[in-house]
Amino acid sequence: MLVSVYRYNPETDREPYMQDVEVSLPEGKDLMVLDVLNLIKERDQSLSYRRSCREGVCGSDGVNMNGKNGLACITPVSEVATSGKLVVRPLPGLPVIRDLVVDMGVFYKQYQRIKPYLQNATPAGGRERLQSPEDRAKLDGLYECILCACCSTSCPSFWWNPEKFVGPSGLLQAYRFLADTRDEATEERLADLDDPFSVFRCRGIMNCVSVCPKGLNPTKAIGHIRDMLLSRAT
Amino acid sequence: MTALRKLSFDAVVIGGGGAGMRASLQMAQSGFKTACLTKVFPTRSHTVSAQGGITCAIASADPDDDWRWHMYDTVKGSDYIGDQDAIEYMCSVGPEAVFELEHMGLPFSRFENGRIYQRPFGGQSKDYGAGGQAARTCAAADRTGHALLHTLYQANLKNNTTFLNEWFAVDLVRNQDGVVVGVIAIEIETGEVVFVESKATVLATGGAGRIYASTTNAHINTGDGIGMALRAGYAVQDIEMWQFHPTGIYGAGTLVTEGCRGEGGYLINKDGERFMERYAPNAKDLAGRDVVARSMMTEILEGRGCGEQGDHVFLKLDHLGKEILHSRLPGITELSKTFAHVDPVNAPIPVVPTCHYMMGGIPTNVNGQAITQVNGKDQIIPGLYACGEAACVSVHGANRLGGNSLLDLVVFGRAAGIFIEEQLQQGIEYNQASEDDVDRAMGRLNQLDSNDNGEDTAQLKKELQSCMQNYFGVFRDGEYMKKGREELDAMRDRVANIAISDKSKAFNTARMEALELQNLFEVAEATAIAADERTESRGAHSRGDYPERDDKNWLCHSLYHPETKKLTKRDVNFKPKTVDTFEPKVRTY
Repeated sequence: MLVSVYRYNPETDREPYMQDVEVSLPEGKDLMVLDVLNLIKERDQSLSYRRSCREGVCGSDGVNMNGKNGLACITPVSEVATSGKLVVRPLPGLPVIRDLVVDMGVFYKQYQRIKPYLQNATPAGGRERLQSPEDRAKLDGLYECILCACCSTSCPSFWWNPEKFVGPSGLLQAYRFLADTRDEATEERLADLDDPFSVFRCRGIMNCVSVCPKGLNPTKAIGHIRDMLLSRAT
Repeated sequence: MTALRKLSFDAVVIGGGGAGMRASLQMAQSGFKTACLTKVFPTRSHTVSAQGGITCAIASADPDDDWRWHMYDTVKGSDYIGDQDAIEYMCSVGPEAVFELEHMGLPFSRFENGRIYQRPFGGQSKDYGAGGQAARTCAAADRTGHALLHTLYQANLKNNTTFLNEWFAVDLVRNQDGVVVGVIAIEIETGEVVFVESKATVLATGGAGRIYASTTNAHINTGDGIGMALRAGYAVQDIEMWQFHPTGIYGAGTLVTEGCRGEGGYLINKDGERFMERYAPNAKDLAGRDVVARSMMTEILEGRGCGEQGDHVFLKLDHLGKEILHSRLPGITELSKTFAHVDPVNAPIPVVPTCHYMMGGIPTNVNGQAITQVNGKDQIIPGLYACGEAACVSVHGANRLGGNSLLDLVVFGRAAGIFIEEQLQQGIEYNQASEDDVDRAMGRLNQLDSNDNGEDTAQLKKELQSCMQNYFGVFRDGEYMKKGREELDAMRDRVANIAISDKSKAFNTARMEALELQNLFEVAEATAIAADERTESRGAHSRGDYPERDDKNWLCHSLYHPETKKLTKRDVNFKPKTVDTFEPKVRTY
């Protein structure tokens, strides 16, 4: 199979280029894209990419495959290389450090910005805080985010304003804490987001939903935050 | 040698998984200058893959639950070589540590009354084995590790821990007095080598499951801390004890949680028989993991395996119904579809025992202080600490119970943090490392970088993994292990002679993988020698030529000494502080 991989080594390359590599795939087995990268790396150890769990839970290997963001380890080659050619590029919109490795600094900065931790000043006593199964269910579809950045780097609003627009991943996390009945900082959280950019740059394009490897729906979470901001304003 | 850039901290924790981040959180909370140095962004650490839960007697599912029952189960599960003082500490402090996690925001699943949801797991009992199956594993659906790891990262952010993300620790630095004063580390993005100096160095580098060809472990689980300790000449304990998880997905090796069986799933052979009823009439599919894994292998070896090759068995879940699967085991449903092309709602998942967990590691006391032995006597290694899977404190002994790893990491990460805090408050003084001391720690890296002609990492790694898989798996035998040891002997010089063709600086993963392979090799060799020398069967260590447990000679820890490559014995602690000793008994489920 023909595989086209984005290559860039800042020490030797003046500019990035696409490298075509012919990879023979074992028959009768649908490899994941990560397996294919591993096969290439066995022959050319200079190819750099991140990988860890290889089962879609650590979020290390977000890349762009034939135009769509996803996790290399749980994306079967047959699913993306429908034309017979696999094209692997780094996640778009972030500075490239080397090959498929991007600098995720601005992405993590937006995550930290929403204060991604429970805030509750009431002493909890010697046991857990109680939460009904119904209230806990409000966190489903939110807490599962793996910070792979597939969503934020597929979002045109984030491409334009990565410093000011929190982006789908950060906002999903923001809503995870807004929705948590154990959190007491709702007002402060909303006040921090109440400006023209942080939330309202979302244009409902929904690329985030279409690429999320965990099947989460950041657009919906953003909608909930909008509603909270609007009802707070009136 | 030009002087390296130096960063100085009160404490540096190597590893950003559950143990490491619980330790760093403890110290950062108290305002100490704490660094968490991790080769991957913290939430990519392998704790993230833990599924089923964290076992702890919080008395939610059963208001009468008692940590002493949990202690009994854990001692029995360890096949009696877990240290009873450490197990006592873990089980009794556990509830406090778990409630802290909840207070930090961990999104545990809940019972109707609002308390934390607990599910049954293997090896659990009420009333010291007399009261039937317990449900003691606290869960966030089947994503407990993910929830725990993210929560700890978030708590560290809140408390201003310094994260050195994507930094790779190469080797320990010791001063003229033999005190560990930090590590040499590579900042991966730039390739710069830095001396990270610290008053306390905590190894929380996790396991090394990648010594085997088939493993549930992440690519990153390469035993870096164990490698560093062995190269420094320190002994490792019970390193022959490797857990094979009964339910790795056939072909892919990815884990499906024991929680599947806790929720009512069970294993079947090619005849559709629920075979665990024959091997463990009481606990059945929820017997200890070593027992279940061996039973599965026996089924396969005796011709009752499933599939064309008859080389796996099935995990049946469809009778649980769509609703339970989607609410309690959503992650498993996803993994099964992706890696086995099977929807467990309709069809059973093909599974096979797969390398999962390293019970052994760097011996420590309950404060996380690393220990070595000199002339048969315990000696604290000044400046060095370990916790989590890298450590052997030892709460798991010869076989770990499901759900006890997450508890181990938060309890002993926290304990190490608390102890180091106290030490820092009293003041820690030591002689600065000299340039020679630092150069010594640079030896391995310099050798790798200067080698132009040598062995290829990828090829050697395959050879190593297949050797361990073939000769040191679920069933072991002296004759085969001798062969394995010979193969490893022949590999040692080659592993030292790895050459990388790519010598660039920026994000050079070839360099890292070479260094990782050298760590893997250290762990593999220690495993092989310890496995061959422990002439009995106990827990996960099962030998055809020595099929019985031998309490007369082997009711003890093994200590592997890297400089002599010899095994010595170390006493197991049978003196818990507040309860009576649990005496060794025949272990049945």
